[in-house]
Amino acid sequence: MMAAEKLKQAFVKSLAVPESVITDSLEYNSIKEWDSTAHMILIAELEDVFDVMLDTDDIIDMSSYAKAKEILRKYDIDC
Amino acid sequence: MIEINLTDKHVLITGASRGIGAACAKSFAAAGAILYLNGRDSDKLNALCAELSEEYGVNCHALPFDVSKADDVKQGFQQLFKLTKKLDVLVNNAGILDDALVGMVTPQQVENTFATNTHSVIYCSQYAARLMQRSGGGSIVNVASIIGRVGNVGQAVYGGSKAAVIGITLSLSKELAATNVRVNAVAPGFIDTDMTKQLTPEKYQERVNSIAMGRVGTASNVADTVLFLASDLSVYVTGQVIGVDGGMLI
Repeated sequence: MMAAEKLKQAFVKSLAVPESVITDSLEYNSIKEWDSTAHMILIAELEDVFDVMLDTDDIIDMSSYAKAKEILRKYDIDC
Repeated sequence: MIEINLTDKHVLITGASRGIGAACAKSFAAAGAILYLNGRDSDKLNALCAELSEEYGVNCHALPFDVSKADDVKQGFQQLFKLTKKLDVLVNNAGILDDALVGMVTPQQVENTFATNTHSVIYCSQYAARLMQRSGGGSIVNVASIIGRVGNVGQAVYGGSKAAVIGITLSLSKELAATNVRVNAVAPGFIDTDMTKQLTPEKYQERVNSIAMGRVGTASNVADTVLFLASDLSVYVTGQVIGVDGGMLI
């Protein structure tokens, strides 16, 4: 699976939302499913899927789906 | 006799080069754990690792970084992540003691003490909890102090930093329970370590006289309790602070 698809599926699984909800404009706390608890579940899923350990700063900065892509690029993961 | 077996368990101990940390390293090695020993002196850590590997046949890795600095902790855990994707136990033991009457406390003392004794517990726990959650749970054991529970003259800063460790323990235990990460603390009393040897002979005796069991504790007395909290013997124990003080009154 390509990185972009892995990222999308990680969001689908962690937030328990349909794939159609996952767009670049999706922001943290903009839907009830992406609250702080789901955010930490998402981080764990991303770390599992991409085999990285994210910095605390990056966890806090991951405020949207688009931002997640940008942050993962720092870890040489191009989504 | 119940034997604690931690074979294949990955254990990180901060402040492991001496005192209670080194005693914990020895106890966990005897239980067969895979060890990651943190401290600032890499020579000491390597020497301890070599000693434990030889004596107990365990895998031991020195992981030198400064727990009082968030960036150093981040790098330390990135290094740990490269070595293993797994962490079962974190012992937040690193600590310093720098006593002074309140009128003579400097801002530097406050900053250094809280950075090493308190901030480090948050920094290390936030990375450790994430690693533990990946593999279904774990145990965090914080080394607090009797001074953090009952206070003492000349120890406003140290006592404050250790009381905060107890507060962190209680909150984290609630926050992480759902992910099967247990968080507990030990509160050692008067323990025979380099830190307590800084006292004058008179003060030392005064402290001994305040212990119901009539003797100073050893670092291994504390390590045994830490080992219990790290093991499955305490699998339903979280949010507890266990005094290891021989019935000390201050």
